[in-house]
Amino acid sequence: MVNTQSAWSIAPKPETGSSLCSLLYAAFNGVIMKKVKALVLAGNGINCEMEMAHACKLAGADAADIVYIYDLLSGDVKLDDYHFLNLPGGFLDGDDLGSAKAMAHRLKYARIAGSGERLEETVLRFIREGKLILGVCNGFQLMVKSGLIPALGKTYGTQTVTLTFNDSGRFEDRWVYLKVNADSPSIFTRGLKGLYLPVRHGEGKFIPRDEGILAELARKNLIALQYSDPEYKNPTMDYPLNPNGAVSAVAGICDETGRLFGLMPHPEAYLYFVNHPRWTREKVPEEGMGLALFRNAVDYIRKNL
Amino acid sequence: MAYRVEVGLKPNIRDARGEKIKGRIVNDLKLPVEAARTVDVYTVDAPLSAADMEKVATGPFLDPIIQDYSIGKPLPPPSFDWAIEVGYKPGVTDNVGRTAREAVETLLQRKLNPGEGVYTSVLYFLKGDLTRSQAESIATGLLANTLIQRFEIKDRRSWDPALGMGMTIPRVLAKSRVRVEEINLEVSDEELLRISSQRVLALSLKEMKALQQYARDPERLAERKKVGLGVHLTDCEVEALAQTWSEHCKHKIFNARIEYTDEKGNVQLIDSLFDSYIKRSTEEIRKSMGENDWCVSVFKDNAGVIRFNRDWNLVFKVETHNSPSALDPYGGALTGIVGVNRDPFGTGKGAKLIFNVDTFCFAPPDYSKPLPPRLLHPKRIFEGVREGVEHGGNKSGIPTVNGSIVFDDRYAGKPLVYCGTGGIMPRLIRGEPSHQKEAKPGDLIVMTGGRIGKDGIHGATFSSEELHEESPTSAVQIGDPITQKRMTDFLLRARDEGLYHAITDNGAGGLSSSVGEMARDCNGCEMSLERAPLKYAGLDPWEILLSEAQERMTLAVPPDKIDRFMDMAGRMEVEATILGKFTDTGKFHVFYDGKTVAYLDMEFLHNGYPKMELRARWEQKKYPEPGFPEPRDLTLTLKQLLSRYNVCSKESVVRQYDHEVQAGSTVKPMVGAWNDGPGDASVLRPLLDSWEGVAVSSGICPRYSDIDTYHMMACAIDEGIRNNIAVGGNLKHMAGLDNFCWCDPIQSEKTPDGEYKLAQLVRANMALYEYTKAFGVPCISGKDSMKNDYLIGSTKISIPPTVLFSVASVIPDVRKCVTMDAKRAGDLVYVLGETRAELGASEYYALHGFIGNQVPRVEAQGARKLYEALSNAMAEGLVASCHDCSDGGLGVTLAEVAFAGGLGMEIDLRRVPASGIDRNDSLLFSESQSRFVVTVHPEHQEAFEDNLKENNFAPVGRVVSGKDFRIVGLTGAVVVRAGIDELKEAWKKPLRW
Repeated sequence: MVNTQSAWSIAPKPETGSSLCSLLYAAFNGVIMKKVKALVLAGNGINCEMEMAHACKLAGADAADIVYIYDLLSGDVKLDDYHFLNLPGGFLDGDDLGSAKAMAHRLKYARIAGSGERLEETVLRFIREGKLILGVCNGFQLMVKSGLIPALGKTYGTQTVTLTFNDSGRFEDRWVYLKVNADSPSIFTRGLKGLYLPVRHGEGKFIPRDEGILAELARKNLIALQYSDPEYKNPTMDYPLNPNGAVSAVAGICDETGRLFGLMPHPEAYLYFVNHPRWTREKVPEEGMGLALFRNAVDYIRKNL
Repeated sequence: MAYRVEVGLKPNIRDARGEKIKGRIVNDLKLPVEAARTVDVYTVDAPLSAADMEKVATGPFLDPIIQDYSIGKPLPPPSFDWAIEVGYKPGVTDNVGRTAREAVETLLQRKLNPGEGVYTSVLYFLKGDLTRSQAESIATGLLANTLIQRFEIKDRRSWDPALGMGMTIPRVLAKSRVRVEEINLEVSDEELLRISSQRVLALSLKEMKALQQYARDPERLAERKKVGLGVHLTDCEVEALAQTWSEHCKHKIFNARIEYTDEKGNVQLIDSLFDSYIKRSTEEIRKSMGENDWCVSVFKDNAGVIRFNRDWNLVFKVETHNSPSALDPYGGALTGIVGVNRDPFGTGKGAKLIFNVDTFCFAPPDYSKPLPPRLLHPKRIFEGVREGVEHGGNKSGIPTVNGSIVFDDRYAGKPLVYCGTGGIMPRLIRGEPSHQKEAKPGDLIVMTGGRIGKDGIHGATFSSEELHEESPTSAVQIGDPITQKRMTDFLLRARDEGLYHAITDNGAGGLSSSVGEMARDCNGCEMSLERAPLKYAGLDPWEILLSEAQERMTLAVPPDKIDRFMDMAGRMEVEATILGKFTDTGKFHVFYDGKTVAYLDMEFLHNGYPKMELRARWEQKKYPEPGFPEPRDLTLTLKQLLSRYNVCSKESVVRQYDHEVQAGSTVKPMVGAWNDGPGDASVLRPLLDSWEGVAVSSGICPRYSDIDTYHMMACAIDEGIRNNIAVGGNLKHMAGLDNFCWCDPIQSEKTPDGEYKLAQLVRANMALYEYTKAFGVPCISGKDSMKNDYLIGSTKISIPPTVLFSVASVIPDVRKCVTMDAKRAGDLVYVLGETRAELGASEYYALHGFIGNQVPRVEAQGARKLYEALSNAMAEGLVASCHDCSDGGLGVTLAEVAFAGGLGMEIDLRRVPASGIDRNDSLLFSESQSRFVVTVHPEHQEAFEDNLKENNFAPVGRVVSGKDFRIVGLTGAVVVRAGIDELKEAWKKPLRW
């Protein structure tokens, strides 16, 4: 079989130890970055944009703009003006060709009016500039299928893993326990041990291309989240704790920089304690567990970009 | 040039879809299939270069990690005995095909030309010892619905590895020319009726004669001549009138003059059930609320509107989609949900959609009686409907938060599919009230969204008839949630920029109805049908006018805003077309290619139909009273009741709906220690920065109709309200929606008991007036579906009269909400409300094969007092759990509270407030209304009891640690003893598939 997807190689961004360096870097890129600006993608079947934007705001982002795919394609809104790209859940193009497939294709071929630049080129520049991308559910599927993660060896653009139909053959909405890999480079999961979040998908089963890929993911600690027992101790293959039969119980992965992160469960659906399925019977913290991921992202941006 | 591309999973990858199909073949069809694998097929009918085709096949069509592909030749098949390929018939909405087409267009950087297209199908490889006729029955009984799909079968022996299934291109062959027919109504009465039935007009003789009369008027004839029309009405006109006058659109039965005779022979004249009972109750409640009236717009728009808070309004509508779901459960239910989405969306200037609800009525999934012609097996209907609502709701990003499933053999003739949607809109948009809209003369008629095809023609009239031999299959169609989502994304933006004056949806009756309705604002319109974008050529003008093709809204756009509107639509990839303009000429004027094809007086179109005059006669039916002795083992009885289809867990369905998208989920459908207890109502927060919420619930109890629809209605209202109160809703800010589904209530040869059925309808309405008023819960919207019968040959199946009463209330602080699961060992268990000997039409009697006569009655004054007291106790934080008591009575309710909380319970029946009961089974399983089981922490006992004083309630036991569930009976002996796990298992097992 022919794999026609091109591999894009990206030079790593220089390490930014000091704020001066960071400022210089920003200035070099022609962008003045005083405020944390998040872009939340919408349109074509994306449907969690409102709560993603709300999460960014709660986490301290100075702006969290809901931007339609068309607004990017028309050139009215420029991705370059933002630090944090949110790819929310939903049903891009109805998941008609397999989840997020049509959008991954659009990313590759659709051109931005005016500049004529392909959408993917702006995303690659975004990555190159050390910015952050978070994909949730359908957004994660999009990242995986367009090769944005895991992007082993930082070769962005080659798909090496996939997310496909749950073993149950059905869409399910249920809450799951997630063990966080403390050694993962993921910026988003820093300082976290475990998460309790809802999954809402029919195509969430993680499958790597081969054993080698899986081993490399494990070795590099790119498997940031795994479905686990309620104590967040042991990854599990038992249904329904592992809701889809994901290989190695993988629920979320990141790239080697840790700045790109995708997960099947929905952190933006647990921002308030009343979202917890048992808040009427258990002591749950005032703040929803999902918010931590967004706060880590915003803090990172404020310190580093 | 056409390509056939096959995409299949690599041999080592598990095929979950194939396994699911295999399971259903084995379990539902009882056929020996060992394995099933699937392959996706794309037929690309466009002149692509081989290189481009390769790019498409390996790009959007392929997941290279798990799939293989092949262009122009078959993929090597797995080991199989039978291959069955299923695709759509020409012209049927193919959503995957549409997305595939867009992917091809993205690659080519151009739109495909008319006639070019991409079609999809699925190829199933079955391994198993099957005969050809068995393979065929798998194709027709499970894989394909032959009304909308085609299939092809090959066995292993005749399989040619080089050819595979071969290529089929389901292109629509266009007719060479379109035509407008004149319909001569100067014919005999018999002939008039023949025209009505042949064209699926569903018009009565009286109505046909009104058309005849209209066409005769000499002045009118002269006027019509001036615009180029002949002496007869055109097909466009007759069809538009039939749709506008349909029962579906005009609710003729609810507006009829009815002479009602009660069981004593007293006669009462009722001029419109709707005005006399439904509307009147709401008006009187609104009046009594005075300045605090929170109703904003009721009964006049596509949905009801109430105040949510100072800045926002709440919108709610429930519809049914029964007839289409009978023929094609998946497509029918899918269009049901995406269709009702457009109601709140088309209310006022348009609402953002925030929740869906769905309630289904089916025959039991293990139905084993012979199925009459044209009927699908109830389990197939169940699965199809469930999946349709799943795809419609989930893909639209709207949480499905509430619903239920009711089972009764009589729904085999027509399933009921209730779909509802709530929305929220800012009270003011650009300084103007958002609930007001008005098309003004000169405004342009703009249609947005999907294209028009032959799908969904005659939906309004078709659903105004029973299901019969000639029921048109064109009424069946498939919804496209993504096209609709794009459109709603766009229109909400256009709304906020103030780009239109009015909006309404294209549902029943298509353009004839949407434009016809909007044109009432300004009294006229002119539109040109040839401008309407079509899915394929060859539609006659009347078909364009009537098509109910989905995903379309019609708008009135002022000329100075049209450029901005069209530009924004184009950018957001939404098709928008100017069809004409609104006028003040008093005419519904339609053109095709410059020629007039319809020219009707607006007045006649909307008000020309003769009022129906009907007779209703009530008689109280008597059923045998059961005489069985009290069973010795009530533990077994309790488990049997927990396993009844109407009682058991619906979790497998609930979990397949996204009930949390939009992140406002506060009380979920499933609650408790293991997230699997049956919540009474859902609560959500539509504004994420506020603690205000909406509680959504419903009541439905068609079994009681067998005894008296008056009490059925009262109980449905009480149940809907009770469920809402149980989570923290409050009567002060609570609204209802009534959705009637009836069997034909017009006396005729087909319906010899029509007068009785109409009396049932009258009585339900009387109860609706009494009880909504007594509770102070106004109906803000509703709908009726009046012909839920099946009639082919000598077989007639009529549904039991069914009303879904949906309830929404506004909750000022969701942090006070309560769930139904027992919380802590040591908590006190209370029963609120009185238990009486009301087992008529109960689940318990049904278990024993009886109906009985003592139907539950609602004592509204007492109930209202209790609900208010309970709401206060909840607001003070005194209630640990609260569960509504309904199907299966106290026994089922107590068990659910215990196992949902993962805790045991000790109950003493002697302490239950009751009257007229001397048997344990009656006490446990009576379905008396207005009752709750409540648990309270011991430290709140005094305060709780103080709040409830003056109401009938009592502490009846305690929540205990461990898993022992024990009930002591009237003589002091233990009558139920079981572990909560076995009770839960009995409850979870029946529909866990």
